[in-house]
Order: sequence, then structure tokens, then C-alpha cells
Amino acid sequence: MRSDTFGITVENISVTYSNAHLALYNASCYVQPGTITGLVGPNGGGKSTLFKTIMGFVNPNQGRVHVDGLSVKMAQKRQLMAYVPQADDVDWNFPVSVADVVMMGRYGYMNMLRIPSREDRRQVSESLERVGMTDFAHRQIGELSGGQKKRAFLARAMAQNSRVILLDEPFTGVDVKTEKRIVNLLLQLRDEGHTILVSTHDLASISTFCDRTILLNRTVLAQGTTADTFTEENLSMTFGGLPLSSLPQPRSLPQWHHE
Amino acid sequence: MNNLVPVFGFLGPLWQWLMEPLQAGFMIKAIWVSAFVGVVCAVLSCYITLKGWSLMGDAVSHAVVPGVVVAYALGLPFAVGAFTFGFGATVIIGYVKSQTRLKEDAVIGVIFTGFFAFGLVLATKIPSNVDLFHILFGNVLGISQSDIIQTLIAGGATLAIILFRRKDLLLFCFDPNHAKAIGLNTQLMYYTLLSVLALTIVTALQTAGIVLVVAMLVTPGATAYLLTDRFDHMLAISVATSVISCVLGTYFSYHLDVSTGGSIVVLMTILFALAMFFAPKYGILVQKLRRQMPQVPTV
Ligand SMILES: Nc1ncnc2c1ncn2[C@@H]1O[C@H](COP(=O)(O)OP(=O)(O)OP(=O)(O)O)[C@@H](O)[C@H]1O
Ligand SMILES: [Mg+2]
Repeated sequence: MRSDTFGITVENISVTYSNAHLALYNASCYVQPGTITGLVGPNGGGKSTLFKTIMGFVNPNQGRVHVDGLSVKMAQKRQLMAYVPQADDVDWNFPVSVADVVMMGRYGYMNMLRIPSREDRRQVSESLERVGMTDFAHRQIGELSGGQKKRAFLARAMAQNSRVILLDEPFTGVDVKTEKRIVNLLLQLRDEGHTILVSTHDLASISTFCDRTILLNRTVLAQGTTADTFTEENLSMTFGGLPLSSLPQPRSLPQWHHE
Repeated sequence: MNNLVPVFGFLGPLWQWLMEPLQAGFMIKAIWVSAFVGVVCAVLSCYITLKGWSLMGDAVSHAVVPGVVVAYALGLPFAVGAFTFGFGATVIIGYVKSQTRLKEDAVIGVIFTGFFAFGLVLATKIPSNVDLFHILFGNVLGISQSDIIQTLIAGGATLAIILFRRKDLLLFCFDPNHAKAIGLNTQLMYYTLLSVLALTIVTALQTAGIVLVVAMLVTPGATAYLLTDRFDHMLAISVATSVISCVLGTYFSYHLDVSTGGSIVVLMTILFALAMFFAPKYGILVQKLRRQMPQVPTV
């Protein structure tokens, strides 16, 4: 695992929140460029924390993250990273429309005053089109169903046109049809060369679209191609009774908890 | 007007009564200053209400008191002292919050009352011609030329900064994570918004006084937020309600011989209450009706 490689390199990350909770320890993983990688783990397993660390929203107390060989800050300056948040991280009463939100994906390409160019507008309407949200462009963002909300933020990530896209639970509270639709979009994006990391609790669908899988429960327990990694044995280690001896030993042993 | 007087005999005196305050030069000045302050506060209030920083506004306004006293004592412009202490308090609040396990509201409560108390002690000890009453409650009718200039500079700077960075500031209020993800310096945006907040308070100090300035920083934005789902409309409504309240409030305070800041804020609050009850979409009345007639589809 070298930092000059493409894709996302996470090296030995530990994250402690201000309430002294150790959410991740010694987590290392690698997301191959041009793949869809699924991130799987129990509630509270640290999936969102890993995302936030990769995005630089949370500072790890140890370890490093590189994106396409660059530091997170540099990668962001170059519009390499897009993030689709978990739904409960958004203020849905905010007075902005779907089109406004998608346009925010283009800010990084605009001048200081953020006046959209024709290209920016084109990208926004194209992204809305691709997620099937054109008819909702002028709705206030709170006036959407759960699945439409997810698609609106996916459209923003697409408008951002960044090489790496991180999606935190895009399928939660989404019906089968919308899930299929989002999966298809992700497959298209991958084929266009994007690197995609997606967390999900829908274990049944993992093997249908994830090229690779990372299993996470407070540290990375297994990773590799989905065929190799997504096994009964690994899953029960991740979700069920944890054979402590099989884990890399953390410096200070955290308490295990099950929800 | 004059040829109407014979027909509507009572209009003459009424007209005269209405125009009387406008004859006085200081009233014209006061009304213009209030209107300007109304615009500045209204624009910022949209960001403050959306960001959830009302309490921070209250904190900064109280924290400026020692700054004003020190500035007068040293013969500096009041705006310099007020801005330094107001902004300084926010930096200290940020620092204390990051270093302790206290929640933000507790930190704010501790710091701003501390600053305010220190200001009171200074004001009652340092011999100066600072009128504490004027700091607390404003004195726009008696505003001096140099105070007007300071108000204009602080307000102009506020408007310029917001105009220049309005989209980024809005993004920062809505989704700071995304702002970071596209490479914006969110730390800088945080301090930009705080310094604009401090500047606005400096702007409004002479009109509303520190006790009521938070109303001017919150109420217009809150009123507008109840009336629309679009940010540009929210800005327009906020400015309109604020300027109307400021102009009429100043005007009536002359006639009724009451506190200017007080009457401005009373008017703002009345407009807020009207919006709260009668807003077409989020009004209490409409929501009641909707609940009683569930077959009526919501907009
Ligand atoms: N801001 C925070 N402050 C303190 N603790 C936090 C914070 N955010 C998360 N945690 C804790 O860190 C742990 C990991 O949380 P995280 O949100 O990363 O889990 P997750 O895998 O995304 O869970 P879920 O599947 O429920 O979304 C949890 O135990 C949680 O309580
Ligand atoms: Mg999560």
C-alpha cells in the first residue's frame, strides 16, 4: 500500500471522538480506482466515521489518508472527492431547492462570486436528468420522499464530476425500484472511470454490484474482492460473536458493544 | 395639498402632524440611519437564523460593552473597541468550547456575561462621558456625525463582505461538510461570518442598543423564513420587514416620545407574529385549517 498509487489509501487510522469514544482503531484499507467497493459493518461499527475521516471532516488521532496519491486537502482543492451524506446529516428545512443543491456541486469550478456558467447549468440539468429528478428541480429539498432526497444528493455528487465518490447508506429507506436505479447509476459511473465507496446494510445486494468489499467493525476486519471477502465466516466475525483473538490487538482495548 | 384643505379640512392639521418630525433635521438623519441599519441587520439575519447562531448574536452584542467603554476612555472610535471585544469574545468562545467538554450554549453563556459584567465594572469606574444608558438602549435620535460615519463604515463593510461571499456563506450554513469537500476553507468562512456578525452589531449599536440588537439580528430573518422556501425571497422579505420597522419605529418614537430601539423591535415582533399566524404555507392558521380538512391537498 503506497501513497503514490491511485484510489483511496487508508493507513492505520484511529479516531477518538470528543467524548473519548474510540470509534476506529488501526484501520487500514485500500479502495481500488475504477471499482465499486462496498463498506459493510454493524450499526456503530464506524462506517460513517471512516467516510468522514477520508473526507477530512474528522481528524484521526493517528494514521493517514491519501486520495489518488494526494493528501485529502489537495484532493479536495482539485475537486477529486464527492460525498453523499447519510440522510440525517442534512437540514431538510433549509430554504434551498433541489437545483440549488445540485448547483452547489459546481461551486468548486466557478469563480469567487459563484456565478454559474453555461457549462455549470448544463452539468446540473444533466445530473438531474440522469437521476430522474428533473421534474423536482424547483422543489424545496424537504418536500421530497426519502428516495428522491437520496437522488438529489447523488445528482450533486455527479455534477461535481469528481473521480472519487463516497456514498453513506444511499439505500436506507429506499424502495426496490429506486435502489435498482441508484445501483445502475453507480455501475455507469464506475464504467466512466469513477472510484466509488458505498456503505450499505443491504447485504443481499452487495454481491450484485460491488467489485470489492471492506468489512468494518471498529477496525477493518477483511477486505478484497467481494467473492473472496463476502463470506459467511467473515460476516459472522463482523456482525456476530467476535473472536477477539483473531483481531489485530488495539493499543487500548476498547469495550465491545452490540446494538 | 393646499387646495385639498378646504374639502378635507381635517387633513391639513393631520398632514402637519404627520410631517412635523420630518421638519427636524435630526429626525431625517435618524430615519436614514435606521433604514440603513435595518438593511444591514436584515441581510445578516437570514444567515444567522439559518445557521442557528441567535445566541451567538446575543453574546457578541453584550461582549462589546467593555470595548465601547475602553474606546471612549482612550479617545478611539467606539466601533474599533466594540468590534475588537465582540470578535474577541467569539474567538474565546470557540477556544473554550474546543478545550472543554461543555456544550456551546453553556460556553456562550459564561463568556458573554463575563464580558458584559466587566464592561459594567469599567463603565462605572472609568470617568468618561460614556452614557451607559445609551450603550444599553441606543440613541439614534441624538446620533453624532462621527457615530454616523462609523455606522456607515461598519455597515458598508458588512454588506460588501456578504455580497461578495453570499453563496459560499449560504453553503457554509447549509452544508459545511460539502463546503470542505469542494476545497473551501471552512475555518475561514466560520471567522468571516463571526466578524460580519460583530460588524453588524457595531452598525446597530447606536440604533437599537446592545440589549435589543439581537432582535434586529434574528427577527427579520425569522419572519421571512416563515414566509418562503427560497433564499433570495427570504432576503427580500427580511429586508422589507426590517426597513419598514426601522423607519416607522424611529418615526413613531418621536411622536409618542418613547424609546426608538424599543418601538422598532416592537414593530418587528408584530410583523413576526402576523407571519406566524397568517403565513400562507407555514402559518398556524393554514396548518389548523389543513388539519381540519385533510382532504384538501397540501401545496
Ligand atoms: N460526533 C460523535 N461524537 C461522539 N461519538 C460519535 C460521534 N459520531 C459517532 N460516534 C460514535 O462512534 C461510533 C461509530 O459511529 P458511526 O456513525 O461511524 O457508525 P456507523 O457504522 O456509520 O453506524 P450506522 O450504521 O448506524 O450509520 C458509534 O459508537 C457512535 O456512537
Ligand atoms: Mg453511519
